Amino acid sequence: MLSRVADSIYWLNRYIERAENVARFLEVNLNLILDLPTRVQQQWQPLVATTGDKDFFEQHYGEATAENVIKFLTFDQKYPNSLISCLQKARENARSVREVISTEMWQHVNAFYLLVANTAEDLALADLNQFLEEVRQASHLFAGIMDATISHNEGWHFGQMGRLLERADKTSRILDVKYFMLLPSIEDVGTPIDELGWIALLKSTSAYEMYRKRSQRHLITPAEVADFLILDPEFPRSIRFCLIQVERSLHLISGSPIGTWHNPAERSIGRLRSELEYLTVEDIIEDGMHQFLDRLQHQMNQVDQEIFKTFLDRRPVQPYFQTQSQS
Amino acid sequence: MRFDTYDPEHFYDELFQNQQTPRPQGQVLIDKIHSLPEGELLQRQRAAQEALSKLGATFNVYGETEGTERIFPFDVIPRVISAQDWQFLEQGLKQRIHALNLFIDDTYNAQNILKDKIIPEELILSATGYLSPCIGLKPAKGVWCHITGTDLVRDRDGQWYVLEDNLRCPSGISYVLENRQVMKSTFPQIFKEIPIQPVDEYPSHLLATLMNLAPNTISSPTVVVLTPGIYNSAYFEHSYLAQQMGIELVEGRDLVVVDGYLQMQTTKGLQQVDVIYRRLDDDFMDPTVFRPESQLGIPGLMEVYRAGRVAIANALGTGIADDKVIYAYVPDMIKYYLDEDPILANVPTYLCWEDQQLQHVLANLDQLVVKSANESGGYGMLVGPQSTEAERQKFAQRIRANPRNYIAQPTLCLSRVPTILGEEFSGCHVDLRPYILYGQDIYVHPGGLTRVALKKGSLVVNSSQGGGSKDTWVLCQE
Repeated sequence: MLSRVADSIYWLNRYIERAENVARFLEVNLNLILDLPTRVQQQWQPLVATTGDKDFFEQHYGEATAENVIKFLTFDQKYPNSLISCLQKARENARSVREVISTEMWQHVNAFYLLVANTAEDLALADLNQFLEEVRQASHLFAGIMDATISHNEGWHFGQMGRLLERADKTSRILDVKYFMLLPSIEDVGTPIDELGWIALLKSTSAYEMYRKRSQRHLITPAEVADFLILDPEFPRSIRFCLIQVERSLHLISGSPIGTWHNPAERSIGRLRSELEYLTVEDIIEDGMHQFLDRLQHQMNQVDQEIFKTFLDRRPVQPYFQTQSQS
Repeated sequence: MRFDTYDPEHFYDELFQNQQTPRPQGQVLIDKIHSLPEGELLQRQRAAQEALSKLGATFNVYGETEGTERIFPFDVIPRVISAQDWQFLEQGLKQRIHALNLFIDDTYNAQNILKDKIIPEELILSATGYLSPCIGLKPAKGVWCHITGTDLVRDRDGQWYVLEDNLRCPSGISYVLENRQVMKSTFPQIFKEIPIQPVDEYPSHLLATLMNLAPNTISSPTVVVLTPGIYNSAYFEHSYLAQQMGIELVEGRDLVVVDGYLQMQTTKGLQQVDVIYRRLDDDFMDPTVFRPESQLGIPGLMEVYRAGRVAIANALGTGIADDKVIYAYVPDMIKYYLDEDPILANVPTYLCWEDQQLQHVLANLDQLVVKSANESGGYGMLVGPQSTEAERQKFAQRIRANPRNYIAQPTLCLSRVPTILGEEFSGCHVDLRPYILYGQDIYVHPGGLTRVALKKGSLVVNSSQGGGSKDTWVLCQE
């Protein structure tokens, strides 16, 4: 497979997944606000922090009001990670590999882009919820169409890696921000507000129902939520699950067995995955949640970089002139 | 909708001999349309448009925001060509391509046609399409123009003319294939009743033509389509053809010359490329030989090409025969190389390069169509009868400044086909671009792209200038 094509499929999936997560963040925050007593101030600042693009926001918007943050995350053409920008780039990547992906995939990406592009900027707040749900559904549909309409060969695995690395990154970011924000202040411990926050966090990652089923407990504690979202091996949005799948795809591409490594990409993901395998949430909390997540994000970026260097950027340095000097 | 009040007026109409009298090849079609319940045709027209837009058959328009894509408008009333007409066109096109190929090979090698003074040497040497790096080139199997999309038109009396030869990277075939697919689902019944030649074999023929160029020693050659990228006006087609043939669509940045061979960069390392179907203009192909600023090409490609280690379709250098001044000499070429009379006529052409003809052109600008020698797509031309005085003066200046670069032709009154405009049939002017493949033999694809000027009265059919397209039905021999 052409390196450029693999790269485009990878990014096509990353951008769709990114759009989905942006919609999730917004959706959940909108719901949370409805539940909060009026004395509690609306919390929009953490959403900006989740994106990792706080500087851009402050430069262009200033105060984190509901209006500003919603505009920033949805229809801001200048902000490269807004919904509309993600869809533009997803579509552009899809267009450049139209002959490789299935017609159904292309048509869906196109329709998805049009859904976002045609939704006017002055979308009423009342319709926002509906719109965000459509975005989330469209992303799920994309994943389903891709799963069901193209061969699960190299290209599919590159797409899979793009989607899951993005998902793991976003889960870690949302956990990071919420964990920091929701760590109960003394007077809120055990109050309904405290629990509401953790429920919102679980819901933003579609984890609420699965969490309940797994833990079989009535209590929602910060440590258990973190454990579920970071270390659960079966929940498809937990970081560990994502990384297990990334590793699997990587080895299916190269053909080497898991547990060995033949290139730096395999080494970096193998190392990270096995580290998570032997960690407990207590270890993580003891070392500091933020420090842990920060390092994790850094390591996942490294995996991304190694994949790029190993498969996607193989151009030898000035090859033409080399051959010339040989002759 | 009915044709009862449709009037072909004083034009050559492809479907009607005169008001109320269809041509024999159009009779069944007209009957069928008349048998549709009221409103049905318009509904099918809308359904067809929708289907095409879903297929994503788009083109980009230059000069607008990058990435602006448009759907090529489509009209469901087909253009029907009788078996007899087609046989004539097929023979004429084969003859013409045969001669043009010999001409290109000759100009870059022996140059007999110049030595024998059939074509002035000066004209060749001053043509921007004449590429000196191609001198002495011997492309695989002696073929230069593997894919041609000849533009044909019919004048008021029904006579066919060749308007342009398009020997570089003619586009449009993807619309032919998609239009047909949509027509088959729009009017399945008609296809059962009328013997129409199928068009779906094109990708197979194209692939065979390309495979034919690989050295016989390579058992499974790697063939690729080379595109300038997603912002090119015909990107949709590049991608479509690669998909239909099941081969890679590459950009210049995917390719690299290593150890004297052309290689593409894959996730598993470098892989040798044997044949390129390029949809990139000559002068962008290799920045070390042609335009040094080209980011789209592959440095070092020309050397590999000259050494015969990669085949390119169409060969580099074919643009010489697209020069509209050289076009005027094609009938002479046919006579010279094949010793035959041309089957297909050229449009009479005035060469501003010759002083007498220049004076005639300048004096009759309001009646002639003036074209610059090297532009296509309806850019850089003046349609005299539809121009303003100011436009004519501007053109006259340009012609005087560079007479070699301009030709003029009488304004042809292109034939018309009934077309749905609003909610009624209007006669709209059309041209025809059949596609010809030169592999082991010369193959003329049955049909071609019928482009239609959707602005009432307009003679310009180019997609970039508000044209649309129709399905083209070539009837089978009875």
